[in-house]
Amino acid sequence: MTSRLEAASSGSHWDTAAFKRRLRRRRSAEKRFKWYGIGAVLLGIFFVFMLFSSIAINGVGAFWQTQIQLDIYFDPAEISEANLYSANYGKLVKQAMYSQFPEVAKRKEKRQLSRMVSVGADVMLQDLVTSDPSIIGTTQSLWFPIDDSFDMLYKNDFGRDPDKGGAGLISKNQLGWFDTLVEKGKIESRFNKRYFTAGDSREPELAGLRGALMGSFFTILVTLAISFPVGVAAACYLEEFAPRNKFTDFIEININNLAAVPSVVFGILGLAVFINFFGLPRSVPLVGGLVLSLMTIPTIIIAGRAALRAVPPSIREGALALGASKTQAVIQEVVPLAMPGMLTGTIIGIAQALGETAPLLMIGMVAFIVDVPGGPLDPSTVLPVQIFLWADSPERAFLEKTSGAILILLAFLIAMNIVAVIMRRRFERRW
Amino acid sequence: MFNQSSSLRVFLTVLAVMLASFSASTQAAERDYISIVGSSTVYPFATVVAERFGTSTQYKAPIIESTGSGGGLKLFCAGIGVSHPDVTNASRRIKQSEIDKCAENGINDIVEIKIGYDGIVLANSTSAKRMSLSRRDVFLALAKNIPNPDGSESLIQNPHMTWKDVNSELPEIAIRVLGPPPTSGTRDAFAELALEAGCKTFDWLKAMRKTDKSQYKSICHGVREDGGWVEAGENDNLIVQKLNADPESLGVFGFSFLDQNSDLVQGSVIDGVEPEFENIANGSYKISRPLYFYVKTAHVNLIPGIKEYITEFTSDRAWGEDGYLVDKGMIPMSDEERNQFKTAGMELTTVRLASE
Repeated sequence: MTSRLEAASSGSHWDTAAFKRRLRRRRSAEKRFKWYGIGAVLLGIFFVFMLFSSIAINGVGAFWQTQIQLDIYFDPAEISEANLYSANYGKLVKQAMYSQFPEVAKRKEKRQLSRMVSVGADVMLQDLVTSDPSIIGTTQSLWFPIDDSFDMLYKNDFGRDPDKGGAGLISKNQLGWFDTLVEKGKIESRFNKRYFTAGDSREPELAGLRGALMGSFFTILVTLAISFPVGVAAACYLEEFAPRNKFTDFIEININNLAAVPSVVFGILGLAVFINFFGLPRSVPLVGGLVLSLMTIPTIIIAGRAALRAVPPSIREGALALGASKTQAVIQEVVPLAMPGMLTGTIIGIAQALGETAPLLMIGMVAFIVDVPGGPLDPSTVLPVQIFLWADSPERAFLEKTSGAILILLAFLIAMNIVAVIMRRRFERRW
Repeated sequence: MFNQSSSLRVFLTVLAVMLASFSASTQAAERDYISIVGSSTVYPFATVVAERFGTSTQYKAPIIESTGSGGGLKLFCAGIGVSHPDVTNASRRIKQSEIDKCAENGINDIVEIKIGYDGIVLANSTSAKRMSLSRRDVFLALAKNIPNPDGSESLIQNPHMTWKDVNSELPEIAIRVLGPPPTSGTRDAFAELALEAGCKTFDWLKAMRKTDKSQYKSICHGVREDGGWVEAGENDNLIVQKLNADPESLGVFGFSFLDQNSDLVQGSVIDGVEPEFENIANGSYKISRPLYFYVKTAHVNLIPGIKEYITEFTSDRAWGEDGYLVDKGMIPMSDEERNQFKTAGMELTTVRLASE
């Protein structure tokens, strides 16, 4: 041993200059490689950070809405028990607005003034009065959303031109009135409740996500109800019962192929089969869920088979040895042990389905729908489609609504993935 | 182990309940809302009408899909019955071939309602200088092949690199125009109203229209592919943002986007006329097109609310000069035209195209 070391240290090639150079080169290559890796990770984190922060910065505004405080006199001359649904509520709003600036007299200026309040104000008053007719005859101090161009003015100073006063859709007069109202404390940024309680609208200040959220809920419910049982049954059969032959190999290859088919193809299939052949209505979550479950089933089958394969054969053999039938062994012993893996696969498949737009285009779910759906057979849209539609709208204020909706969609996806991770941690058994 | 399997069992039970609740819900045999398809240009206007209609009447708000004019008419003409749309929007007039297609499927009565005009603008960032172009300039800058400048009746590949090359009065900045892809109705209208109009200023090309129509069309509508024209997708907001980032580019989009973003972009002057509301309304701004919607008469008694929807759309508070559609950037028609199409809508007059 010693002699060999001596031989090495005094020897021919361990301390030659060439050897040391090679050694240095290898060590620096190693260091470089480590830094490449760190660089790649940092770049990835940087992009994720950029993405999230830009969406978050754009999107927080969506949760706040600039509102205006008006004293509304519920004039009994205008509204009575008899005309609750046909009274001119717009007039009440306009009068409250005019009373803020009694000096405004010209018809054109009055129109400009009344346009600063959202057009949805009269419907809000109607809802208020119909739910409680006793407020007729009283004066109430109420907050109304302000028109979207003024919302943008308040938030980002859009539309304030140093030379002309007002720019874009805001006139000089309106800018002056707006600043006066702000000084008087009549204009405030308040939590945008409508964003979560209202359906879609073409007025950014009235638009809400509830329609899309309910649509996504019903669609995903249908998807889950179909793809989970079918996927698990198929996985069990293929893994536990099916004989190994060319036919089952063929099926296996096709399932793997199906998982890789672009999602829009499923939309075309859905249009041809569910709508044209079975005559189901267009634009409904039932059809959307059916199409998305076609997309999710392969994912669940593949995850389910992997989970079944991970259950050790000793479990099956033990059950069979104690006299259980094959079905009993699989259903009572193997499937419960494989269930955490299957559920993880299901959640990931469903999360994927939640973010899909392309297949829904074909079946008419990419549409402007005001009413909030009440069931899987009411026409509706879904969250990612709502994002797409808002991104395409001309009004500037939809930009922040879009980013806000993206934040909510991301929150759902992250929550679902966390559930998948927790479930795997808690229930997974290792042998 | 017990704990695990019981929580799994709870999960499975919940699933089973969900399944059961589904099979219990019955399918609606009839449709109680109006189904509308068609042009993405009319979509921002039709959706506003639909929303107001939904809040101000007892009917449900119509459902509107943005499928493009051609795609909309195809769906519209597919048949009669609740599974087919009742109304289609179009940013061009229906073609005879489409009327024939409808008739093949038993749809003989279609009501045509013109709703107003939409201007197409060439715009650049407000941080750059406003451009003043003629339609001939636009054609010479953007066409794939242009007439040989030596005066012979032949074509050369478009050699112009900067606007100054096109017209010595224009600034020396590279030609780069962001516009919609060929699938878009805006692109069709831009090709027809701007490029073709510029193309027709050459007499020999104008004469070709009579002799070789397909050749004429390919010359007048062909857009250069060497980077002067950039296809920027259907999303007009994206074009506005790109223009803001690059003041040297021009963009092509609808007037309503210019109207909403006039602090970021400015419309170029075309043939001496600025793309402003009044100029488009009185027809002096040339790149504008009519917008329509078509109604299936056979559905009027089948689906509730169609007549009332037409009434709302053709009311003065919607399409009038002070109406809410104007606030959204639509250019209204003259009183006379409004009356004509309102009557057509109320009486459900079937559309007849003048034979060409």
